[in-house]
Amino acid sequence: MSRISATFQKLRSDNKKALIPFVTAGDPNGQLTSMIMHGLVEAGADIIELGVPFSDPMADGPTIQRSSERALEQGVGLRDVLQIVSRFRQTDQTTPIVLMGYANPIEAMGYSEFAHQAQVAGVDGVLVVDYPPEESRELTSRLKASGLDSIFLLAPTTLEARMDEVARTASGYVYYVSLKGVTGAKNLDLSEVAEKIPQIRAHVDLPIGVGFGIRDGKTARAVAELSDAVVIGSRLVEEIEQAAPQDVVARASALIREIRQALDRA
Amino acid sequence: MQMYEALQAYNLPDERGHFGVYGGVFVAETLVHALEELRQSYEQLRQDNDFLSELDYELKHYVGRPSPVYYAKRLSEKLGGAQIWLKREDLNHTGAHKVNNTVGQALLARHMGKKRVIAETGAGQHGVASATVAARYGMECVVYMGSEDVKRQASNVYRMKLLGATVVPVESGSKTLKDALNEAMRDWVTNVEDTFYIIGTVAGPHPYPMMVRDFNSVVGRELRVQMPHEVGQQPDAIIACVGGGSNAMGAFYPYIEDKSVRLIGVEAAGYGISSGKHAAPLCSGRPGVLHGNRTYLMQDENGQIAETHSISAGLDYPGVGPEHAWLKDSGRAEYVAADDKQALEAFHTLTRTEGIMPALESAHAVAYAMKLAPQMSKDVVLLVNLSGRGDKDMDTVARASGIKL
Ligand SMILES: Cc1ncc(COP(=O)(O)O)c(C=O)c1O
Repeated sequence: MSRISATFQKLRSDNKKALIPFVTAGDPNGQLTSMIMHGLVEAGADIIELGVPFSDPMADGPTIQRSSERALEQGVGLRDVLQIVSRFRQTDQTTPIVLMGYANPIEAMGYSEFAHQAQVAGVDGVLVVDYPPEESRELTSRLKASGLDSIFLLAPTTLEARMDEVARTASGYVYYVSLKGVTGAKNLDLSEVAEKIPQIRAHVDLPIGVGFGIRDGKTARAVAELSDAVVIGSRLVEEIEQAAPQDVVARASALIREIRQALDRA
Repeated sequence: MQMYEALQAYNLPDERGHFGVYGGVFVAETLVHALEELRQSYEQLRQDNDFLSELDYELKHYVGRPSPVYYAKRLSEKLGGAQIWLKREDLNHTGAHKVNNTVGQALLARHMGKKRVIAETGAGQHGVASATVAARYGMECVVYMGSEDVKRQASNVYRMKLLGATVVPVESGSKTLKDALNEAMRDWVTNVEDTFYIIGTVAGPHPYPMMVRDFNSVVGRELRVQMPHEVGQQPDAIIACVGGGSNAMGAFYPYIEDKSVRLIGVEAAGYGISSGKHAAPLCSGRPGVLHGNRTYLMQDENGQIAETHSISAGLDYPGVGPEHAWLKDSGRAEYVAADDKQALEAFHTLTRTEGIMPALESAHAVAYAMKLAPQMSKDVVLLVNLSGRGDKDMDTVARASGIKL
């Protein structure tokens, strides 16, 4: 069983919801990223989504754009991201890591090289924003052969017929984009999420994570009641952006701890 | 062999927008449905006689089509070789080929009931062409433009505002055309229900490369009729500049199966290909995925998109339409490059010998024709697609000569 499936199984038996923080690899630098990751796990993260910096992050709002730019200024590319994962794995062999990013860095490395290197580094899943299932059959099958999950997005605009298509290709979990917009937007509509999740369940037999626009414990809890996992991205990246280097780990952890508590409160 | 057959009866792209391995729909999930809706509406309207006659009427009475072909006799004689003919897209309303596409897409938007249009622009030509049709059809228009380009192209920014458009300066990334495209995509994801995104070239996700080609192919269709009539033959070669590639694709498309006609695309070599500071992905880039399609890109070894340079803002783009990538690999079209200096020289030469001031983009095509012509005999006919006029480039040309206006 993959680390991701095992994680969801354990959470289910504990009657808990998954908390998935997102951070950009290399923001503010590679060294700190692996320290932040360990801090997030200690604070109660179940899975970590690690952003691969890209020069043209079309689906991201200003916060994650700036974060990506900071990482690129450090010269952090896909190979460096894999190194960060390797370093993290030296002391954490259980927390699943999902790489989240855009197609071109993977195109540049080549599919089989990427699948191989990601497996060696200890990556568990891959989510590529601009590879919808139709365009990613080859990558998905390479990842599968290397034991990696392919995570796909579902959106408010996804028709039910298409959910079957996504279900055929996806593994690990699916990621429901809770709003029409980019990461960090503030127009999350809970009633729309409540309406959509049962539709997705009818077509997709995988855990459902929800992300985009979740900024506090209260919203996280409300979303978790409808789904299996919540993703905290821009709000966490803001924390990292605003903290002095010596406080980054503490501030990132504090935010995730607060959300963990909100999720677990009886 | 497969490539050869494909060109025998050219029918690309396939249903999912692929030209061989190029093209496709590489977008975030939120846009998949919007693109499918767009594809269906377009498939339906492209066969609808009412829509097509409405489009024809607009192209004739609003744009001023057909545009003439013109024999650049003094230029040809000066070069002493092949005859150089010009397809005068510079004479269109708003001064470039861009309006052929924006009229088509705006009509499509209207049929789809979208009241708000957005566009990206580099030099401002596509932004102006979009703002123009938005004014013509009474639509709200928002144009995204890199903040560097806003500074470089101040007069076009003012033109867009006069036309009632909102111009949004984009501060992210390199603050140029590619970033404007990113920002327009972000707007579209957010406002996907009521907004139509008018992409300005044959790039982006399917169906844009096909649709923009089709709307611009009025250029090639006119040529097929005009050339035998006025010149006595089809051209031996068609030469067009390639930024995203819409003016070139529009001229090439009706000639793809007519293999006696050479198709030559001219990219921007900027400070020279070997300097690395250029915008010539077909000449020196590698395939990758950007802005919704797979194509040749300027990129570093990590797959980060490289910054580009060209004296002409309209060619200053790190990608190129996927159909050009396919035409290159299949060998049906040739791609070369002209640098800033050659383009400026061509600009001045055409201005002085013919009294026609080309856009700096188009000047790249003229430059290559000037290089080719002297090596050829006088009965060879070179057709240059003169994609736009140079009024917008006065400041740039003056600055290059050390003059401040
Ligand atoms: C006059 C003119 N020609 C050419 C171009 C380049 O675009 P494309 O390669 O799509 O024709 C532009 C773009 O702004 C332009 O304004």
